Amino acid sequence: MKGLPLNRRTLAFVAVLVVLLALFAYVALRSGPLAPVAVTVATVESRSVAPGVFGIGTVESRYRYRIGPTAAGRVKRLLVDVGDTVAAGQLMGEMDPVDLDDRIRALDAAYRRSEASVREAQLRRDFAQTQAERYEQLLAVRSTSEEIVATKQQERHAADAALLATRAERARAGDERAALVAQRTNLRLVAPADGLVSARDVDPGTTVVAGQTVVEVVDPRSLWLNVRFDQSSTLGLESGLPTTILLRSRRGAPLPGRVARVELRADAVTEETMAKVMFNSILDPMPPIGELAEVTVVLRAATSSPVIPNAAVQRVDGQSGVWQVVRGGLSFTTVTLGASDLDGNVQVQSGLTVGDRIVVYSAKALNARSRITVVDRISGAAP
Amino acid sequence: MISLAGRDIQHEWGKYVFTGIGLGLLIGVTLTMAGVYRGMVDDGRALLDNSGAELWVVQKETLGPYAEPSSLNDDAYRSILAVQGVAQAANVTYLTMQVRSAERDVRAMVVGVATGEAGTPGWPPYLVAGRQITRSHYEAVADVATGFALGDRVRIRRNEYAVVGLTRRMVSSGGDPMVFIPLKDAQEAQFLKDNDAVLQSRRRTSENPAFNRPGVPGLLDAVITSQTRNSFVNAVLVRLRSGYAADNVAASIERWQRLTVYTRPQMEGILIGKLIATSAKQIGMFLVILAIVSAAIVAFIIYTMTLGKIREIAVLKLIGTRNRTIASMIMQQALGLGLIGFAVGKIAASFWAPFFPKYVLLIPQDTIAGFLAVVVICMLASLIAIRAALRVDPADAIGG
Repeated sequence: MKGLPLNRRTLAFVAVLVVLLALFAYVALRSGPLAPVAVTVATVESRSVAPGVFGIGTVESRYRYRIGPTAAGRVKRLLVDVGDTVAAGQLMGEMDPVDLDDRIRALDAAYRRSEASVREAQLRRDFAQTQAERYEQLLAVRSTSEEIVATKQQERHAADAALLATRAERARAGDERAALVAQRTNLRLVAPADGLVSARDVDPGTTVVAGQTVVEVVDPRSLWLNVRFDQSSTLGLESGLPTTILLRSRRGAPLPGRVARVELRADAVTEETMAKVMFNSILDPMPPIGELAEVTVVLRAATSSPVIPNAAVQRVDGQSGVWQVVRGGLSFTTVTLGASDLDGNVQVQSGLTVGDRIVVYSAKALNARSRITVVDRISGAAP
Repeated sequence: MISLAGRDIQHEWGKYVFTGIGLGLLIGVTLTMAGVYRGMVDDGRALLDNSGAELWVVQKETLGPYAEPSSLNDDAYRSILAVQGVAQAANVTYLTMQVRSAERDVRAMVVGVATGEAGTPGWPPYLVAGRQITRSHYEAVADVATGFALGDRVRIRRNEYAVVGLTRRMVSSGGDPMVFIPLKDAQEAQFLKDNDAVLQSRRRTSENPAFNRPGVPGLLDAVITSQTRNSFVNAVLVRLRSGYAADNVAASIERWQRLTVYTRPQMEGILIGKLIATSAKQIGMFLVILAIVSAAIVAFIIYTMTLGKIREIAVLKLIGTRNRTIASMIMQQALGLGLIGFAVGKIAASFWAPFFPKYVLLIPQDTIAGFLAVVVICMLASLIAIRAALRVDPADAIGG
């Protein structure tokens, strides 16, 4: 009854069933809640971390001169354009003087007239003086009356006073003219310092109000960055610290710099601290003002202590901690974290000791009952 | 006593096994469909789990931030922190959009997370590679489902972000993978759409005579600055101090901050009861039909298999085999087929589930229920077949 062909069939059937069972068992154990969670494990090391602060800022000029008229008026001419280099005292433009020149000429005439008046008063006074002296001599030889001498003396005094009045009048005319000339000079838009014209807001013919900027001059040697740092990470930020500046236009070329000052006033709304960062060298060509830059400040390195990657830090029941691998199982250890650097290393002040093995990455969220299998890297995640 | 069923299977085991495999694939599809449904619900739960929050504070009278748009001032969290029972409160923004890397773009939910240390509400709770965000700008942690790798530079609106970490199972309720970026950048991304839009809005403002007044030179700049600043977030995620009841703290925040607060069960109700209700029902309906069709096919296969052996059964009856023996043979074969089918189905579902674009969750309860259903269906189907077999006339063995 039990021939060989039947046995072979039985064997084949059993083989198929065994394969099926094996696959089933594999599937049941490798997926679902029974499957172990793939984790990567790291050993806690002791080293120092160099905490860093990262912020973004814009290029600004420390010295920025906004040149415009002190009174409302019309722009007559502009001699410079954006990008021009100007020297201190150089004429950059002029406001329309309207009737100022005519008024100066009128005052010129008035001055000449008062000069003539002064000359006339001088002549009158000289004549009155001569007359008075002559009559005094005649009185000495009793050839004239005392009354006539008194009259001549009074005439001399009057002539003296008239001369003083005309002189004062001449001075007034001169000063008035000087004032107008000063006004006229004030209409000239002059560069207050050496620099570069960075903006020309209006063109000749435009009417501008008092204080409105016509031309802006910046000093390219005084470029710095106004950087904003998140307040939560600014402990230890102080002036003089070295920084790396990455201008948005020069992505691949970080520039060295240093913190010039940390502003005493922070932004309460955006919760940021502001600081000024200087370039170590003058940039040529100059980056445009307002360009965005990323600034990394390296703070003073903290002392050596156990360091873990920040990816290992988890939160369980409201407490920060790490999953520690103890005898193949997991236990959650709460830790107190200290300084951290920008590469994701964070110091542990308490909770862990050097040599402890902790879970860094896991394929899914862990709990104390999770079975784990330690792998080099989690599958599906790029190295 | 020899096993009649075993003998019969041995006789044509290839046919038997292949029928079982065919059946198994059908069962696999049914199990997968159940997994798709479970995956959908789990996506909603994962969204809530991953936020790490116990309370969601949103704009008053909205179902935000997942089911409805919600916006509240980004300094609201300060007054929420002052409420008794609140341990942590963090701003968060959500924005579903296309995230572009070098040559392709991915639909993703961009999450803006507040700066702080790992474990801040809203942060990805665990990583599979890289590190958490340490800079307050231009860094991103992405879900592996986005396909991004560490070091990739991705573009979100106007800025480029470096992918510094990868995580897993961080999805929106719609199953879109998440990309985590610093809050300030996310606020800007929500508001400053692109350079053209910024320019156009600036032009529009400057053409408005109310804002561009020649007598007030600084006004236009001030207006534009205030227009290009976004001080809104979508929600504040709150974690409670131990010993405080979520409902009490929620009531306190609602009453004194005049905002709407959801607890975990309420949020789950919104997500599963409202947001994915229709699509979940759609899948559920399909699952029911598929289950019925599978059951019918299993029954037909067993029935026709029995009918195919009707001659042999007649012979058995002719030689005086008892009805019980014949019945148990048919039932054993049917159950065997069911078992093979179930095993194949489970294996197939487990192997192809990871290749689905959205999450497929095969839970043991479904597997056990599926197993029981298969056994019951096989038994019922074999009963019909047994009835047909017992009614066969032994004379058929010789006749026709």
